[in-house]
Amino acid sequence: GKRQASRAFSLYANIDILRPYFDVEPVQVRARLLESMIPVKMINFPQKIAGELYGPLMLVFTLVAILLHGMKTSDTIIREGTLMGTAIGTCFGYWLGVSSFIYFLAYLCNAQITMVQMLSLLGYGLFGHCITLFVTYNIHFHSLFYIFWLGVGGLSTLRMVAVLVSRTVGHTQRLILCGTLAALHMLFLLYLHFAYHKVVEGILDTLEGPNMPPFQRVARDIPVVSNAVLNTTAKAVALTL
Amino acid sequence: FAGLADVSISEDMPVEGEITVPVGSRSPDEDYSTLDEPVRDTIMRDLKAVGKKFVHVMYPKKSSALLRDWDLWGPLVLCVSLALMLQGGSADSKDDGGPQFAEVFVIIWFGAVVITLNSKLLGGTISFFQSLCVLGYCVLPLTVAMLVCRLVLLAGSGTVSFVIRLIVVVAMFGWSTLASTAFLADSQPPNRKALVVYPIFLFYFVISWMILTFTPQ
Repeated sequence: GKRQASRAFSLYANIDILRPYFDVEPVQVRARLLESMIPVKMINFPQKIAGELYGPLMLVFTLVAILLHGMKTSDTIIREGTLMGTAIGTCFGYWLGVSSFIYFLAYLCNAQITMVQMLSLLGYGLFGHCITLFVTYNIHFHSLFYIFWLGVGGLSTLRMVAVLVSRTVGHTQRLILCGTLAALHMLFLLYLHFAYHKVVEGILDTLEGPNMPPFQRVARDIPVVSNAVLNTTAKAVALTL
Repeated sequence: FAGLADVSISEDMPVEGEITVPVGSRSPDEDYSTLDEPVRDTIMRDLKAVGKKFVHVMYPKKSSALLRDWDLWGPLVLCVSLALMLQGGSADSKDDGGPQFAEVFVIIWFGAVVITLNSKLLGGTISFFQSLCVLGYCVLPLTVAMLVCRLVLLAGSGTVSFVIRLIVVVAMFGWSTLASTAFLADSQPPNRKALVVYPIFLFYFVISWMILTFTPQ
């Protein structure tokens, strides 16, 4: 009986280990969300990173919800596993995996950052991803996506890079660390946009028939709407190109 | 007693003994023993408790009945019925089905556990199972929405039915979120209510999304 009680108690004690990382106020979370889009100018002085896990965790869950919305709208077909499992796996895998990898690189490059700070930094960097995907899953224009990818994604990447640069010494180390992080972050956004779009070129062919000239076959996603929207979208994209 | 000064009991030797006081043969607990009553009484009592909680959810007032005697029967029934109704939708090919039974089950319970942990970590005074109980019971409006959606889909699946389903699901989603907030927000420090409400909002949003995008085959 005593052993069971002590095991149960240690379970509760484990929850208390995480308690200081959730000690935030709503205004702080809002301020940090906005700050995550603003690159800092002062890179000679180590920038303060709040070691908080509530905001990043909520952002990862929001990204999961947005991904689900995107996958449903574009009729993604998952062969092995489930829609929900894929979304959760992708988002959490990215957050935890890339954080650990960058933390390992930071350890190699002698950067002053702790694991919790890295988790927090990358988590808040997902705010840009959430905004971009939320907008571009609803308004399906590829040129709009590229603008958002460079603008919003670029801003949040720049902020993370600037913070890391301020905490690292030496040009080679800064280059390695920040180059890796920037590449992974931007590529993840690209992946999220394109992988969960079902590019149904076969359906395009059967719908438009042989009348469609080859240069109008632009890869784009197919929401579950009627052909009229499909046709007008094709004409609009062909006009803008 | 000087000779006893260096006699000491080691700290880790357990002290044993019995401190029970022999009670009289007629203790008041024996009158409340529920082991001898007919099974029908037990079931009816539990059903009445579950029914009362359903009523509390549909008309959320700030009462503590839902919190005091928590039970998980209601959430289990709601979760199973919702998962059964979401079964087997939108199967284009054999490989992809709609959300499967296990998926819905896991989402609801895993989501409820995460929200509970979050509210405890933010300094909530509610216990683990009380929070699970409230979140599970507040799935009731969404189950009603699922029922209505299935009935509407029997009539047809055009734009009109989509608009009706959208309105119903959004209304029930708002009701669920408000109901659970009415019960859970009181147990939080007053300036952190928004931090607790947001994950609840996300949780019911995901469930509403699964209901809205359900297309039967």
